[in-house]
Amino acid sequence: MLTGADQAAGLRQQVRDFLAGHDPAALPRLDFLRARFDAGLAWVHYPAGLGGQGLPRALQAAVDADFAAAGAPDNNPARIGIGLGMAAPTILAYGSEEQQRRWLRPLWTGEEVWCQLFSEPGAGSDLAGLATRAVRVPGDGEAGGGWRVTGQKVWTSIAHAARWGLLLARTDPDVPKHAGLTYFGLDMTGHGVEVRPLRQLTGEAEFNEVFLTDAAVADTDRIGGVGEGWRVAQATLMNERIAIGGGALPREGGMVGVAANAWREHPEARTPGLHDRLIRLWADAEVARLAGARLRQQLAAGAPGPEGSAAKIVFARLNQELSAFDLEFAGPGGLRYDDWTLRRPEALSFFGRGPGYRYLRARGNSIEGGTSEILRNIIAERVLGLPAEPRTDTRVPWKDLPR
Amino acid sequence: MTATKDSDTDGTRPTSAVPDLRYSDAEEQLRAVVRDLLADRSAWPAVLAGVDAGEADDAALWHTLAADLGCAGLLIDESRGGAGASYREAAVVAEETGRAAACVPYLTSAVMATTALLGAGDDELLGALAAGRLTAALAVGFAGPPPAPGARAGSWPVRVARPEDGEAPGAARLTGTVGGVAGALAADVLLVPGDGVPLRLYAVDATAAGVTRTPLVSLDATRPLADVTLDRVPGRPVATGEAAAGAVAAALTAGAGVLASELFGVAEQCLGTTVTYVKERRQFARPVGSFQALKHRLADVWIAVTQARAAARYAAACLTAGDPDTPVAVALAKAACGEAAVLAAQECVQLHGGIGFTWEHPAHLLLKRAKSGSLALGTPDRHRAALAALVDLPPPAAE
Repeated sequence: MLTGADQAAGLRQQVRDFLAGHDPAALPRLDFLRARFDAGLAWVHYPAGLGGQGLPRALQAAVDADFAAAGAPDNNPARIGIGLGMAAPTILAYGSEEQQRRWLRPLWTGEEVWCQLFSEPGAGSDLAGLATRAVRVPGDGEAGGGWRVTGQKVWTSIAHAARWGLLLARTDPDVPKHAGLTYFGLDMTGHGVEVRPLRQLTGEAEFNEVFLTDAAVADTDRIGGVGEGWRVAQATLMNERIAIGGGALPREGGMVGVAANAWREHPEARTPGLHDRLIRLWADAEVARLAGARLRQQLAAGAPGPEGSAAKIVFARLNQELSAFDLEFAGPGGLRYDDWTLRRPEALSFFGRGPGYRYLRARGNSIEGGTSEILRNIIAERVLGLPAEPRTDTRVPWKDLPR
Repeated sequence: MTATKDSDTDGTRPTSAVPDLRYSDAEEQLRAVVRDLLADRSAWPAVLAGVDAGEADDAALWHTLAADLGCAGLLIDESRGGAGASYREAAVVAEETGRAAACVPYLTSAVMATTALLGAGDDELLGALAAGRLTAALAVGFAGPPPAPGARAGSWPVRVARPEDGEAPGAARLTGTVGGVAGALAADVLLVPGDGVPLRLYAVDATAAGVTRTPLVSLDATRPLADVTLDRVPGRPVATGEAAAGAVAAALTAGAGVLASELFGVAEQCLGTTVTYVKERRQFARPVGSFQALKHRLADVWIAVTQARAAARYAAACLTAGDPDTPVAVALAKAACGEAAVLAAQECVQLHGGIGFTWEHPAHLLLKRAKSGSLALGTPDRHRAALAALVDLPPPAAE
């Protein structure tokens, strides 16, 4: 068996060989990315034939660094974060071989952007109570027939640029809520899909509302079995929490670096109280970074468990407190805001723009991807094994629940 | 896909390289052996009985842990009779002694005094410590300053008189009082920093004439403290000048770093005890652990414990590797683990309700171990102040 060092050396030789045959300066960007995927150098922990080589995930960083050092184009990961962080692991875990071959390559190259159609106006924390209906229509063109989907989704990042949506819909209202859900890949460019911007408290519209009216989904685009949607959705959600709270960063990466650099550059604005807060936040952020690294070491081979919920709670708290610090430290500039016009950003950035924006955007961190309160329930029940609160909604058919 | 620096050392570490923070199989095996011993010999009724009898130090248990299991020699290389292990293993043992609130001088002898002697390079004493024949303590107040990078001797409380007529030229006589020394009562040998230029570190027979060890009533009765008074006591120099200052600083740094792991063990034990209790305790015809108010508090404790573990493992890894980041790692770990232990112990008392406030329930042993451990060898606030200097986040200039 090869050691980690042998594997790493072999991979880096592969990168050199690949670059020798594919000049990043000469090839069109998309051609280069497709060739990189086909060479198994996209995400080395994915299986062979799907952009990877079945190697440890930890080896990816050196591959990315070598491509970056060679001036190669990347796949603009900030623009396709939902595809990379949530859709891809879900498709890998629950998709058919044909779906994996069809979807993963254009997902990774960025040709096809993915969004997530989970939350609804009536189903936020209680996601399993969602009402969007998928009704089977027999013999509808594709083999095995298809589905017609009607309902409303909300808080859909990047839907306006998306080709595909990860859709959770109700296929059986006559069984209890968790049992009647099915998971699909929805073609966002099809008929009956209407995307409207949802303006948020920062002034911009990073999110959308998506209205579905008899939107068509082929049965071949169903991910997992009929009625198994809740289980598939758990994989997406666990990966989402890792994606939000668990990214690998260097020391002082993210919001803490913004605050620390501001402190160093503006001695005139320092006060004892802010110093105490900053040191506490710096220490907490560095410990959280180490905990994230430890979690990734544990996950190197396996799937994310509920432990990712802790990373996400801590990330949200730190981002909120650091951005509040940042705004207080900004002096008179803290009373200003850069721009209230309705923008539609194509990539998500928690750290961009001014301190006022960062402060306001951070309020969403403890709501999106599972509120901090729901995540505490998950930790208490799934990690600590504490008993669930008595509930009345999990055993009766969904259609009989009061709404 | 950001890359900060090349990772050509072993190729398996991410670009923002963090050492392996998991427990190795060997570390887990060591833990299992120590946990079995402490479950058998240091169950909390026995700990409480020892405290009540005023005989906190469990000499028989310490001999088994130190000599029979070889835990006293973890940091000592095999050529000197030790196990040739590292701070990573030592930290795992500390987690278990913390979890059990065990009354053994493990931290003070097998970590702090041993680190000082490793710095001094004293083969004879190291061999005796590794074999469990002798127990040592560094004669420095356990409240301690936070170890700072490049810390040098200031004004140490013990003065040194030159050899008298007819004595060996190297011999010296030590006089002074060191307040609040942990592990002094169980020690056969005291390692005493003697003030002066150059600073010297002396080995002193703890039973010699002129040595008085006055037991204190300590907040944490499972870790006895004593004032150590020396009156013209002969001492053998084991390190001089830079070597002596370095040995003492290294002992304080390693002590704080491994104490962080001990505090992590306390925190995890408090959480586990509390979770078990709230599943069993019924009020309003429900287990109290089904109430969301309690679940969220315990989730927060679990988060603090999870974060603290990463910090403690990072400190142990840095101490093991002699990493230049060790001062940062130890300051982070000591602050984080101290606060996590205090949070977990306070919640342990609160969520046990009335029984948690009694003398008969072990929660108070863990609370006292947690609080005094978080104060010892630098409070969380002092470690954060040290951190501010280390990472270039200076306080406001004085008015």
